[in-house]
Amino acid sequence: MSKPFSVSRRQALIAGAAGLAGAAAAPLAGQTADQAARARVPADPTKIQGPGATDVGARSPFERPARLSGGRRTSSQTPLQDLSGIITPADLHFERHHAGVPAIDPERYSLLIHGMVERPMVFTLAELKRFPGRSIIRFLECSGNGGRAYGRDAQDAEVSPQQIDGLTSTSEWTGVPLSTLLREAGASPKATWFLAEAMDAAVMTRSIPIAKAYDDAMIVYGQNGEALRPEQGYPARLFLPGFEGSSNVKWIRRIELADRPFMTREETSKYTDPLPDGTARMFSFVLDAKSIITEPAWPDRLTGPGWWEIRGLAWSGRGRITRVEVSADGGRTWMVATLDDPVLPKCHTRFRMPWRWNGLAATLMSRATDETGYVQPTTQALIAARGPSTSYHYNNIRAWRVAADGTVRLAGGTI
Amino acid sequence: MTQMFYPGGHGGFHGGHGSSRTTCRAALAAAACLLAAHVATAQAPTAPLGLGRAATADEIRALDIDAAPDGRGLPLGRGTAAEGSPIYAAKCASCHGVKGEGGTAERLVGRNDGDSFAFATNARLVRTIGSYWPYATTLYDYTARSMPFSQPGTLTPDETYGLVAYLLFLNGVIPEGAVMNQASLPKVAMPARDHFVPDNRQGGPTVR
Ligand code: HEC
Repeated sequence: MSKPFSVSRRQALIAGAAGLAGAAAAPLAGQTADQAARARVPADPTKIQGPGATDVGARSPFERPARLSGGRRTSSQTPLQDLSGIITPADLHFERHHAGVPAIDPERYSLLIHGMVERPMVFTLAELKRFPGRSIIRFLECSGNGGRAYGRDAQDAEVSPQQIDGLTSTSEWTGVPLSTLLREAGASPKATWFLAEAMDAAVMTRSIPIAKAYDDAMIVYGQNGEALRPEQGYPARLFLPGFEGSSNVKWIRRIELADRPFMTREETSKYTDPLPDGTARMFSFVLDAKSIITEPAWPDRLTGPGWWEIRGLAWSGRGRITRVEVSADGGRTWMVATLDDPVLPKCHTRFRMPWRWNGLAATLMSRATDETGYVQPTTQALIAARGPSTSYHYNNIRAWRVAADGTVRLAGGTI
Repeated sequence: MTQMFYPGGHGGFHGGHGSSRTTCRAALAAAACLLAAHVATAQAPTAPLGLGRAATADEIRALDIDAAPDGRGLPLGRGTAAEGSPIYAAKCASCHGVKGEGGTAERLVGRNDGDSFAFATNARLVRTIGSYWPYATTLYDYTARSMPFSQPGTLTPDETYGLVAYLLFLNGVIPEGAVMNQASLPKVAMPARDHFVPDNRQGGPTVR
C-alpha cells in the first residue's frame, strides 16, 4: 500500500531513482518518482495494449517499499508498515551481518560436518539438495530488534515500525533437516552442542545445543520459492526456528559436534543479557512473544474520524500465537483482535481490529499471548525483570499515540 | 528454454508403486494388496542415504580453527605483552585506540570500580575484555578468525598470542611478563567469569 503522505519529497526522489533503475524512466530533474510513474500512465488503459511479457517482473512504479540501512554497513530493516500478510518479499528481508555479504560460488560451496561423529562428511550444495527436503514458514528476528521501544529514553518519537522492529521478517524456507545430515555423519549420542561457522570475513561462529538439531533445525537453501538471497546466507545457512537471528549462521561452511559450548565472541561479549542481579544470561536463544501495530503508525496520519483498521504482526519463538489483544485507550481496556490464517508456530501472525476513531487523542497498544501462556509484558514489567540498560530481547508492549490532528508517534516513557 | 507438460503423466508415482509391491509379497490378502498398490504412503528413509563424501584430515585441519575454554583447538605458539605491543600499534590501534580505549571500533580495555557487573542498571559502565569477557580463549579465537578487520585471518599464532597477552595485560588481567600459550591461556582467570548464568526463561506466565 502506497502511503504518499508518509514520504517526503526528497525521499521519494531518492527511492525512485534507486528503485526504478531499468524498470521505467528515471524521474526528470524536479520530478517525484510518483510524477514520473504517472507520466507513463495512459489516459485510459482499456484503450491501449500494455507492454508485453517479461522474464523477471518488477514492482509497480508507484510502489517503492525499501529496506532502511540508514548508512549502516551491517544492518538494514524491513519496511513492516508497507507490507501486508505475513510473508516478507525476499528483497526486503532484513539484513544483519558482521563483515559484509560474502560472494560465494555455489559450485565451490561445501558444508563440512565433523567432531563427535563416526564419519566426518563433506556435502556439496547439489548433495544437500538431494536429501529429502522440507519447506516451513517461520520468522527470523535479530535479538537486538526493538531497542528503540525500550527504556526510559524512548520519548514520543517519530519512528516507524521499520525503525523500531524492522529486524524481523518471515519467509518460506526450504532445506534439509539438520538431523538428516547428522545421521548421515553418524553423530555421537554423547554430543551435546555443535558449532556453526560461516564463510564470511568474520568467520562468524555460534554454539547451539544439539537438541535443537534433533528438534527443528535445518540447513536451508531456498527462500520464498527461489534460492536464498546473498544477504540471507546464499547458498546455504543454518535455520533455527524461533531462535535469535545471529544463531542462524549464514553462509555456513562447517558444523563441529562437541560435548561443550565453544564460548565464541558472539555468545559471550555479545548476545548475552545483563540482569539487575549482577549476572548476565548466556545462550538466551528463544525469542519471547511480541507484537507491534504496523498501521496506523508513524509516519501515517489519519485523515479523519471514522472507521480504520488497526493492523499488525505478532510472533513467538516458542510456538503459536494464541491471542492478540488491542487497546485504543492506553491499556485500560482491551479487545481481542482477529488473527488471519494461517497461524503458524514460530511465525509472523497477522492481526486486525476494526477501530472507530472519534477524532480525539488515543493510545494504541497490542499485546500478544503465545501457546505457552506467556503474555507480552509492559515496558515497566520488562525493565523490572531485565534492568533499564540490559541488552537484547526487547519484546515489551509497543504503544502509539494518535494526536487529535491524526498524526501518530511512538509513545515512549513509562507505558 | 522450452518446458513440456504432460497432463495426467505418471512419472512421479513409480517409487510409491515399487515400494508397495515389495510390501505386498509378504501380504496374505491379495485384494488388500491390490488396493495398496495404487496408493502408497511415502516413508522417510531412516538410515544414511550415502550422499556426500568422507572429509579428509587435511580438509578438517584447514577449517577447524576454533579454540575453546578448555584449551582444545589452541595452536602451538607463544607471545608476551612486550611482543604484542608493536603488533597492536601497527595493526589494531588505528581502530581501537592507542591503548585500547576505543576509536572507530570498540573499546577493548578498561575495568569498572570494584569490578562492578551492574551493566543492566548502570549504562555508564565500560564493557570490555577486562570487565565483561568470561573466557580468555575467546579473545584468541576471535582475534585469529576476525581481526584485523580489514585483513582477517592473517595473524600467525605467535602474533595472536602476543596480541592476546598485550590486551590482557592492558586490562590488568595478567602480569606484564606472562607468556601466553596453549597451556597458560586457558588458565587465565577472567574477572567476569562467574557472572554468566544459563537462560532460565521457559515460556509460561512469568516474565524473566
Ligand atoms: C579497520 C578497523 C579495525 C582494525 C584495524 C582492527 N579492528 Fe578489531 N574490531 C573492529 C570492528 C569494526 C569490530 C566489531 C566487529 C563486529 O562487531 O562484528 C572489532 C572488534 C574487535 C574485538 C571484539 C570487541 C568486543 O568487545 O566484542 C576485538 C577483541 C578486536 N576487534 C581486536 C582487534 C585486534 C587485536 C586488532 C589488531 C590485530 C584489531 N581488532 C584490528 C575494527 C577493527
